[in-house]
Amino acid sequence: MSRLQTRFDELNQQNRAALVTFVTAGDPDYATSLAILKGLPEAGADVIELGMPFTDPMADGPAIQLANIRALAARQNLTKTLQMVREFREGNQTTPLVLMGYFNPIHKYGVERFVADARDAGVDGLIVVDLPPEHNPDLCHPAQAAGIDFIRLTTPTSDDKRLPTVLEGSSGFVYYVSVAGVTGAGSATLEHIEQAVARLKRHTALPVCIGFGIRTPEHAATVARLADGVVVGSALVDRIASAGSTDEAVEGVLDLCRELSAGVRGARQ
Amino acid sequence: MTSLRTGPDATGLFGHFGGQYVAETLMPLIHELAAEYEKAKTDPAFAKELAYFQRDYVGRPSPLYFAERLTEHCGGAKIYLKREELNHTGAHKINNCIGQILLAKRMGKRRIIAETGAGMHGVATATVAARFGMQCVIFMGTTDIDRQQANVFRMKLLGAEVIPVTAGTGTLKDAMNEALRDWVTNVETTFYLIGTVAGPHPYPAMVRDFQAVIGTETRDQMMAQEGRLPDSLVACIGGGSNAMGLFHPFLDEASVKIIGVEAAGHGIETGQHAASLNGGVPGVLHGNRTFLLQDEDGQIIDAHSISAGLDYPGIGPEHAWLHDIGRVEYTSITDQEALKAFHTCCRLEGIIPALESSHALAEVFKRAPTLSRDHLMVVNLSGRGDKDMQTVMHHFDEQEEHL
Repeated sequence: MSRLQTRFDELNQQNRAALVTFVTAGDPDYATSLAILKGLPEAGADVIELGMPFTDPMADGPAIQLANIRALAARQNLTKTLQMVREFREGNQTTPLVLMGYFNPIHKYGVERFVADARDAGVDGLIVVDLPPEHNPDLCHPAQAAGIDFIRLTTPTSDDKRLPTVLEGSSGFVYYVSVAGVTGAGSATLEHIEQAVARLKRHTALPVCIGFGIRTPEHAATVARLADGVVVGSALVDRIASAGSTDEAVEGVLDLCRELSAGVRGARQ
Repeated sequence: MTSLRTGPDATGLFGHFGGQYVAETLMPLIHELAAEYEKAKTDPAFAKELAYFQRDYVGRPSPLYFAERLTEHCGGAKIYLKREELNHTGAHKINNCIGQILLAKRMGKRRIIAETGAGMHGVATATVAARFGMQCVIFMGTTDIDRQQANVFRMKLLGAEVIPVTAGTGTLKDAMNEALRDWVTNVETTFYLIGTVAGPHPYPAMVRDFQAVIGTETRDQMMAQEGRLPDSLVACIGGGSNAMGLFHPFLDEASVKIIGVEAAGHGIETGQHAASLNGGVPGVLHGNRTFLLQDEDGQIIDAHSISAGLDYPGIGPEHAWLHDIGRVEYTSITDQEALKAFHTCCRLEGIIPALESSHALAEVFKRAPTLSRDHLMVVNLSGRGDKDMQTVMHHFDEQEEHL
């Protein structure tokens, strides 16, 4: 059984949602980013999304755009991101780790080589923003053949006609982007989220995680009552942006992660 | 012979290039757009309305002008200029804008967004938005805003909101990222009026079709004036819409040699250029797989060209395919060569060409002298150079020495 499935099964038995955290690999530099990554599980992250930096993150808002710029300035690349996953796996065999980003760096690295190296490094899943199901042969199929989950983004524009296409062949979990927009902007009403989850559940048995615009423990807790997972990204990344030192960046992210985790864990009690 | 004019396939691919590499939020809309465009293409009412605006609003057909003095100057091929710079708003861009805004109207969209580099597409978009009473938001990089002040003012005069984009190097690529972000956010109300033959399917095919009026007219005009097809076609390429518009109706004419001219900036060997085919490799950006300027890690490299309209690290996927199969020859021209050609055209023909089009002219000046006097060469004069006064003034003293 995959790490993602094991983790969601465990959480389901505990009757609580997953806290899914996003940070960009190499932000603000390799060592600091690795320290954050290693600290996340203990700070309460149930699933980790690790961003693969790209010069043109056209689905991201200002916070994650800046995270990409910081990471690239520190010379992060896909080889180093996979190295980071390997180093993380030396001390952690249970927390699922999903790489998230855009296709071009993977295309340049070579799909076949990337899939093999990602699997060997201990990557559990991929979220590639600019690869809709129309392009499944590009990466989704090779990744799944190697046992790596391919996680789909569904959005408020994914109607009942579109959903089966999006969900077919998706695995791991389903990421519901709760607002039409870029990362970090706006937030959906609880009513919207409730309806969206109900609709997705009619189409899939996979866990449904909600993201975009969730910033506080309170907000995370309310969403955790409605869905199988809560994704927080920009708010964590902002802690890196505002830190005065690398130690402060690590502590800032992990502190917020602990608070979010407390919110998610207490949500259904 | 198999036709080269039937692409893309149903999934938007020209060979291995093109596709629909966009965020899921946009996919339902892109499918809707493709379906609506297919319907519009065969709707006589749409064709009639388009033809009306092309004639009475844009001023088509644009002349195919025999450039006698340039021909004398080169002493070889007979040079014809396809005068797209005489269109309303001063470039070929309006051909596509009129087509897309009619489509936006059909789809009930009331808010138009667009990216712009030199500002010509921004001006053309603001123009049609004003004409059809739609809200208009233009994304433009801050570097381009600095070098194209007059066009920024024109867009504002026409009622558009111009949003400066500071990300990256503040050029066309960054403006396109920001437009995509806006589109994802306002997908229900907004029509993204892409200015070139790039982006996700159906844009490359749709923009090409709206621009193909250039080549179709050229064909008829050349038949009328010379009684035969031209021997060669030359056009500049950033994203590649003016070139594709001229080339496409001639792709199946084996006797017609077709040459696309990329911007070599300071020289391809310097790394500071915008020549995606001559200096890039295949990748995925802005919705399509095509040739891109990128580093060994797949990060996009900023393009450089003296001409803001060519300053883009990618190229339309159909050009990538035509390059791949060898139907079109893609060359490149440096900033200095383009400036020199700009001055030559001003002095000899009394026509101030855009710096973009000056790249095509420079290529013509290289080739024409080596060709016979009965060789008919058409160069697309895609835009006028009024917008480039600031840039040219900056280089003027230096250029005087060359003349």
